[in-house]
Amino acid sequence: MHGLAFDIAHLLSGGLVLISLMLLYQVRLYSLINVFAAHAVVLGLAVAWQAFVQSAPHLYVTALIALLFKGVVIPVVLYRMVQRLGIHRQIETVVGVGLTMLCGIGLVALSIMVMLPITEAADVLTREDLAFALSVVLLGLLLMVSRRNAVGQVVGFMSLENGLILAAAGAKGMPLVVEISVAFSVLIALIVIGIFLFRIRERFDTVDVHVLDGFRGEQP
Amino acid sequence: MTLPLYVIGMLFAVAVAAVPFCRWRGAASVVYGACLAACAAALTAALPVLTAPAGEASRVLPLGIPWIEAHLRLDLLAAFFLVVVNLGGAAASLYAIGYGRHERAPQRVLPFFPAFLAAMNLVVLADDAFTFLFAWELMSLTSWALVMSHHRSAGTARAGYIYLVMAGFGTLCLLLAFGVLAGAQGGYAFAAMRAEHLTAWQQTVVLLLVLLGAGSKAGIVPLHVWLPLAHPAAPSHVSALMSGVMTKVAIYGLIRIVFQLAGPPAWWWSALVLVIGATTAVLGVLYALMQHDLKRLLAYHTVENIGIIFIGLGLALAFETAGMAAGAALALTAALFHVLNHSLFKSLLFFGSGTVLVATGERDMERLGGLIHRMPVTATTFLIGCAAISALPPLNGFVSEWLTFQAILISPNLSHWGLKFLVPAVGAALALSAALAAACFVKAFGISFLGRPRSAEALAAREVDAFSCAAMIALALLCVLAGVLPGLVVDALSGVVRELTAASLPPQSSLPWLSLIPLSPQRASYNGLILLVFLLCTSTLIAMAVRRLASHAVRRAPAWDCGFPDPNPATQYTAGSFAQPIRRVFGRSIFRVEERVEMPEPGSLAPARLHLRLHDLAWEYLFTPIARAVDEAATRLNALQFLTIRRYLALVFATLVILLAGLALWQ
Repeated sequence: MHGLAFDIAHLLSGGLVLISLMLLYQVRLYSLINVFAAHAVVLGLAVAWQAFVQSAPHLYVTALIALLFKGVVIPVVLYRMVQRLGIHRQIETVVGVGLTMLCGIGLVALSIMVMLPITEAADVLTREDLAFALSVVLLGLLLMVSRRNAVGQVVGFMSLENGLILAAAGAKGMPLVVEISVAFSVLIALIVIGIFLFRIRERFDTVDVHVLDGFRGEQP
Repeated sequence: MTLPLYVIGMLFAVAVAAVPFCRWRGAASVVYGACLAACAAALTAALPVLTAPAGEASRVLPLGIPWIEAHLRLDLLAAFFLVVVNLGGAAASLYAIGYGRHERAPQRVLPFFPAFLAAMNLVVLADDAFTFLFAWELMSLTSWALVMSHHRSAGTARAGYIYLVMAGFGTLCLLLAFGVLAGAQGGYAFAAMRAEHLTAWQQTVVLLLVLLGAGSKAGIVPLHVWLPLAHPAAPSHVSALMSGVMTKVAIYGLIRIVFQLAGPPAWWWSALVLVIGATTAVLGVLYALMQHDLKRLLAYHTVENIGIIFIGLGLALAFETAGMAAGAALALTAALFHVLNHSLFKSLLFFGSGTVLVATGERDMERLGGLIHRMPVTATTFLIGCAAISALPPLNGFVSEWLTFQAILISPNLSHWGLKFLVPAVGAALALSAALAAACFVKAFGISFLGRPRSAEALAAREVDAFSCAAMIALALLCVLAGVLPGLVVDALSGVVRELTAASLPPQSSLPWLSLIPLSPQRASYNGLILLVFLLCTSTLIAMAVRRLASHAVRRAPAWDCGFPDPNPATQYTAGSFAQPIRRVFGRSIFRVEERVEMPEPGSLAPARLHLRLHDLAWEYLFTPIARAVDEAATRLNALQFLTIRRYLALVFATLVILLAGLALWQ
């Protein structure tokens, strides 16, 4: 049983890393949001499996929150935002896809190199989980850095947060309260960011943050 | 132990109470009177500990950071410095009862003065790093506030700024030194640090950091630059405290850490301290000679005396590493004796300059003169202070420098060859600085008090109030007493010295005729009492002989025409002209003196002019480049404030990745 439990957990968290890498090369915004939804669904599955393995029923709630909010609500909201902003045709990346992917692979290698030696004393399941979670976090950061569009940065931030939840679920004993408050803060962040996007759009006719830099008035 | 704590508490209470009441008419007298009482009480607590070591005590107070608490300890070293601090504090308080009446803005001085005294007492009593650093920083900040009390005067703001920067730098160095001393366990109590064994590298780091931290507060060259700016800017009684007492608290920190906490010294420590001491002594007195501002001259001269104390400490370290306990005891006795002496005569001289300032409103010696007739008490006590600081027998300055020379004279017995050559060279530097100090104070006294008044203010000067005079007379008497009865002081110091070097000088007070015999009677001995009696007898005899034998006929004639054909006081010798020969000898290399004479055309009635420019090399070659580099770095880093959000994110990301990569590779 333990071997199977480990394999499935490994598969799910590995899938999460894989989807994080997929996020990196999505050029169109709609496909980016689609992949993000898939990211959240896999996260929900991974957390649910952890709940089953650790027989910790409150993790089912976490999984449910992940599925509902991140898998459904947030992607739908982002979809409608992109639609209303009319930016669904835009292609936006700062660095080339190939380079970003290479960086991403490097980051995954780095997080495994960091995590595996320092968690030698820990459970095998937890070790793998933490290593994958760290790579998801780093890939989320990379996504935020490599996107110019504000929607892309929002997606990067959300996927980063998914990595945190994965780490927390892997480490046994995270209370539900923490998870709920994190979910709420992410939701509020989404609302705030959404409002800001529309305000910015109203004022400057664009959500490209690169263009916004010119309006700050501090530029030399 | 309880009494000093009450004293500190009382001083803080006075400081707080002074805030609402400081604008009252009598507030100054009440505050300074309370400070005087507090210092006297602390003296009565500290003196018995020195003579009977049974009074050592320690106390843990539940103050400060919760799980660390404040450790306080009154041991022999602390007791000695408590005496120095409170003797100076009592004298300054007594002086200020009179002097403080002339203060234009008492609300800027009264709350900080007691707090300053309390902080210095607390530094000396602290027995853990947190209490020590807290008190040290409190001492710096309160003295900074006192320096800034005349903040509208020219140059005060700059002096305060430089002082603040240097004080922060010094505290940072001490903080790091304590960090190394605490070791991996983080034992910040001094007792834990004594038990800790450091590696040679850690000891080196501690020594260098302490020399930077305590040395910058004490004023070693080239970290002295703040001192001649800040000390004269404060009101005179505070200048006396800063110069006479606060620099000694810095010496205390150095002794406490280097002799007690850092572990056994290496031979090169002593070489480093000796070189610093010799450089500081010679350069300090040369700087002092070039000054025409009375208070600034005194402040520069403090630098010289710190150098002499450093030489004593360096010799003590040298003998300790060579295993010569008696020599170490002699050198340390000399250094501690000089600590006491300097606190006495430097306070006295600053009081004198304060009374001159009150009486004439002038600090520039070129506008003084002839004050000996108008201010006899100030002039006499100032003269005693000058003689003492110039190391003239039978005053106290002579004894401590004589003891230092005795320590230098036994240096051929040292085993290390480098020290064998270095110590005589240091001795020569000490002799040079002593001679230059005498020249410096001939100038200070002669130009300010002798001759004819050089300005209307000097002509109108009057003797000041009784409190100021009482403080100066008391300090002058102490100078004479410590010089005539040095055996008593040496005996009082023996316990402290034994605590630090495991040996002490033989007891002196039982010797016949109150002599001072540091090592053996065949080698050297000194008797201040006989010397005083001899001087009194001979001078009385000569005075009587002159009166009896000289002609009583009064003859009026023009004064020596070659010198004074013109009655204008400007034809007298000036401070600048007095210093000129020495400036010519040392000035070219040390001060880069630029002298230019502008002669008018023949037939022109324009005056000839002498342009003189002195450079402070420490300022130009050390501090200006550092300031420029900091400026440059700040300008470049300023660009970081105007990045885009994505760039900031990228910076965070890059930092994270680099740290993780470092972690991965380092394992």
